Amino acid sequence: MSAPLANPRGVALATRGRRSSVRTWRWSDRLAVLAAWAAGLFLCAVAAAVVIYMGYRGIEYLRPALLFSRPAPGVAQSETGGFLDPLLGTMLLTAIGIALAAPLAICSALWIVEYGRHGRARRMSRVVESSIEVVAGTPDIVIALFGVALFQLHALAFLSSTGEGGGVTGQSFIVAGAVMSLIALPPIFVATRDGLQAVPAHLREAAYALGKTRIATIRRVLLPRVRANLATGVTLGVSRIVADTAIVIVLLGDTLRFEPATGGLPGLRLLRGTGSSLTSYVFDNSPAGEAGAPQKAYAAAFVLLVFVVALNLVVERIGRAQASSQGLAADGGIA
Amino acid sequence: MTTAVAELKSNEPERALTVPPVRTIVLDRPPEPVRPVSQRDAVRRIGLAAGPERLRLEEVSVSYGGKDAVRGVSLSIHQGEVLALIGPSGCGKTTLLRTLNRLTELTPNAARTGRIVLDGHDIHDLEDTALRARVAMVFQQPNPFPMSIFDNVAFALREQSRRRPRRAELEPLVLDALRRAGLYEEVKDDLHRPALRLSGGQQQRLCIARAIAPRPEVLLMDEPCSALDPISTGVVEDLIHELRRELAVVVVTHNLAQAHRVADKVAFMYLGDLVEYGTAQQVFEESRAPRTRDYVRGTFG
Repeated sequence: MSAPLANPRGVALATRGRRSSVRTWRWSDRLAVLAAWAAGLFLCAVAAAVVIYMGYRGIEYLRPALLFSRPAPGVAQSETGGFLDPLLGTMLLTAIGIALAAPLAICSALWIVEYGRHGRARRMSRVVESSIEVVAGTPDIVIALFGVALFQLHALAFLSSTGEGGGVTGQSFIVAGAVMSLIALPPIFVATRDGLQAVPAHLREAAYALGKTRIATIRRVLLPRVRANLATGVTLGVSRIVADTAIVIVLLGDTLRFEPATGGLPGLRLLRGTGSSLTSYVFDNSPAGEAGAPQKAYAAAFVLLVFVVALNLVVERIGRAQASSQGLAADGGIA
Repeated sequence: MTTAVAELKSNEPERALTVPPVRTIVLDRPPEPVRPVSQRDAVRRIGLAAGPERLRLEEVSVSYGGKDAVRGVSLSIHQGEVLALIGPSGCGKTTLLRTLNRLTELTPNAARTGRIVLDGHDIHDLEDTALRARVAMVFQQPNPFPMSIFDNVAFALREQSRRRPRRAELEPLVLDALRRAGLYEEVKDDLHRPALRLSGGQQQRLCIARAIAPRPEVLLMDEPCSALDPISTGVVEDLIHELRRELAVVVVTHNLAQAHRVADKVAFMYLGDLVEYGTAQQVFEESRAPRTRDYVRGTFG
């Protein structure tokens, strides 16, 4: 306590700090602060408006029966059923997309950070990184269109349903899931890469210094260490897939009910068939779509919103848990 | 004659050669667990007879991208003694240390010449994983792996063999390593706690336990105490002193007082050259080269 008092500069700083108030500020500072607050509050208001309005409408129209009944063709609203199929469709798409995207993204991140930083691999790893950036920046409708072009090839007919007259539709859960994996891949890749880059070099060396091979180091030291980054990346990937509409409409066939494919292996008929997701259900029931049942669109949109908000909370939770555990870690405790 | 005159000129007569620089440590409580430096010296200088030669370096040079970091170093490292590598920053101590378990090979542009012989075999002929199990290393930052205390030590033992040993088989070895590292009493109640929850000093002792678990012949330590508080430093130094019975220890340190406390042999390096190598007493009190004398007295560094 005596040290700051003995220092006349310290005292001066302290008193100025206490007296500082808006009245002594320059006009430009006041304006800047006002603008910053206004922008922040405006965004909060927009987010709150979306969530509150959708929540209000959703709770107004959502009935448990809607969640557990399948969509059905009908003229009256009471006959068209609920959105069980779209709900399950979203889950199926997510499972396929993540199952394909996670291993690809994690392996490419591992390769780039652990093997691709030196020598000839360096140029190649730059190419891989910018390719992933290109995929991340491509609009999903463009990716969907490319998917149609690819999966309508006769050689890939076994992956999708067959239309009347034997034409390949290029539409199925497998196809849509595979293309979905492209939009889930970049966030998983980036999260894993950044996590690996943040691992201090001496931790890897400690494993090598124990006589561990590279693969043992990756498996037992690096992957456990970046577990939280992986979880964040996968959750972000899931929320991308859950939120996507364009790929569903173009590549899943946009039939509200599951329509299993005919022929082929019995176990694969559902996966080769068409269906819908919550997003396409909302689209179809919105005034822009064909079914035109806005109440059901609101109810489904509310379920979707709950999904996405919950996923965002999970991401934030993981980040905070990681920050607190890293605080206790070795690299945090060095004075 | 001319060199002798130059040496005389560089000597400041009012400084006694026999006094090693001692760091003043300010603590908020009396440093009970650490014996005062003077007493510890008295205890420690009861030398252990040097055991068999473990590592021999013959004209070892290391360069990074054509730039020499270590030039023509020859020395031998015996079981039962602690070799301290001292010298100013950038003099090649850490590079030399990392060459001994071929960790420098992880740096893409590093090149080494000369021979390093471990128990009669050139380390170049050994598989690097096999070599590193025999020449263990402890780093400057305590760096436990993100797993439990038990698994940290068991990890070092586990993939040693092809067959995956069972937990029950590993347990005595793990407990033994923790005991030898002086950590067992503090962690015995919960070995399955995450290692990152330990304090810095405990983490460093866990790293030592992990390194000595596979019973290596040589233990390399790269400034093992520079991230630790004085009390933990004392504990780790006592441990180094204890461990030299069973293996050869090489310590890189910036702290001359520490070198004085723990080392049996001292090697002084300057700009990549081995300037002086001898027993701690020779180097600190009867150093031959004027550079060494200036460094150990704190004239530069």
